[in-house]
Amino acid sequence: MFAVLLEQTADGQRYIDWLLSGLGWTLALAFFGWWIAFAVGVVVGIGRTVQNRAVAAVARLYVEIFRNIPVLVQMFLWYFVLPEILPASLGNAIKQIPPPWGSFFPALVCLGLYTAARIAEQVRAGIEALPKGQVEAASALGLGGYLTYRYVIVPQALRLIIPSLTSEVMGIYKNTSVALTIGLMELTAQARQISEATFQTFTAFGAATLVYLALALIAYQGMALIDRAVRIPGTGRADDAVKPAAPRAAEQIDALPDAMEVVK
Amino acid sequence: MNSLDFSVVLQAWPYLWSGLLFSLALTAVAFVVGLVLGTCLALVQHFEVPVLGRFVRGYVALMRSIPLILVLFWFFFLVPIVLGHLGGNGRPVPIGATWTAFITFGLFEAAYYSEIIRVGLRAVNRGQFEACQALALSTFDTYRSVILPQVLRVASPIILSQTIILFQDTSLVYVLSLTDLLGAASKLAQLNGRLVEMYLVIAVVYLAISSAASQCVASLRKRYAIAGARR
Repeated sequence: MFAVLLEQTADGQRYIDWLLSGLGWTLALAFFGWWIAFAVGVVVGIGRTVQNRAVAAVARLYVEIFRNIPVLVQMFLWYFVLPEILPASLGNAIKQIPPPWGSFFPALVCLGLYTAARIAEQVRAGIEALPKGQVEAASALGLGGYLTYRYVIVPQALRLIIPSLTSEVMGIYKNTSVALTIGLMELTAQARQISEATFQTFTAFGAATLVYLALALIAYQGMALIDRAVRIPGTGRADDAVKPAAPRAAEQIDALPDAMEVVK
Repeated sequence: MNSLDFSVVLQAWPYLWSGLLFSLALTAVAFVVGLVLGTCLALVQHFEVPVLGRFVRGYVALMRSIPLILVLFWFFFLVPIVLGHLGGNGRPVPIGATWTAFITFGLFEAAYYSEIIRVGLRAVNRGQFEACQALALSTFDTYRSVILPQVLRVASPIILSQTIILFQDTSLVYVLSLTDLLGAASKLAQLNGRLVEMYLVIAVVYLAISSAASQCVASLRKRYAIAGARR
């Protein structure tokens, strides 16, 4: 069934090379986008929990804007609109960036900042889920605001939200496909191109689907691995969250709202 | 930087409005179909129906693992073939992009809703089942009158948040060249060259609708929590 992938294309490559190049772009976008998202998301998430009203308001505004505009519209804003509303010289410089980088960078920024808003909400939920005694103990030890966050709150909150971050990891690699609308030849775009060139639609989409499935499995296993690796010995919680085996009646309801916020 | 001219948007408003109506119709249909079908899928998994249960689990995992755009492409290609076989003569029945969008979103969202309801079903207190047994309710009555109402109520904030995401995702029908809100804006932008104004305005429209809806969900969550339920 997949034999057609080994045939020669018009440009002297094989179709599977198209697919692999698409996979490369998808992975690059997801990987680098994730680090942007994680860095910005943690900062914004912390911002939502601090005492300072102005900082909290800015963080809230960020989350509202980036979470409530469809990722495809955001993609168009970065790609089409941004160069037009910047000063002409800068805007033209952006338009001059040669392909595929001209689509890659807007897509990277878009996915990074969009996913950051979602991660920020998880980080906030993680921080708010911590017992109040942690902050009180930190101030009893004489730690200031920064040190409390750095050594007490953030390390615990991040461990707490690893299971729900799994769905964000899966979200960002799936959302990379949106970049095809601004002309980036990532995996889905390559699958469509192969289907148009060979009329073997089933093979082309099937191959792409298998690759996405493999990525989902890797993301899931990878996050479970990280969860086990960073777990604080003696805390049982992490294990339950990764493998919610036995229904523990009413307790599960608490885990429901945030853990189940699903992404596509 | 050209000066912005939002009067073009005003002229274009009827067309954008029809696009917005399409987006909302797609959201509504996908919500109803997805929720009904999703509940069925969740129950099939919950009862561990032989063979079918595994099949459903695989379907849900597949839908959750691949991008919606790829699912749209798949259905655009597959549905005519499947319909052709169902029709008997084996010839693909072209159904067009609009039908593809409605079918895809209904089936795709069913997978997401079913996962929410499945987790909700597991969260129901065992005592509820025992009480139903004590009252000699049949399995059907147990689920219809006792279990599912509770599940839907507990899960409704998440179901509604998912629906807001669904509304945003309808913009992806752009890849099928349909005229939803984004599609309308992009078609007009190509005609009049005012893409900055067009995209900025629809971004604001999406933002306004989605954030208003999230506010409603947040207040509903507070108001309709089951009194006395452990939270």
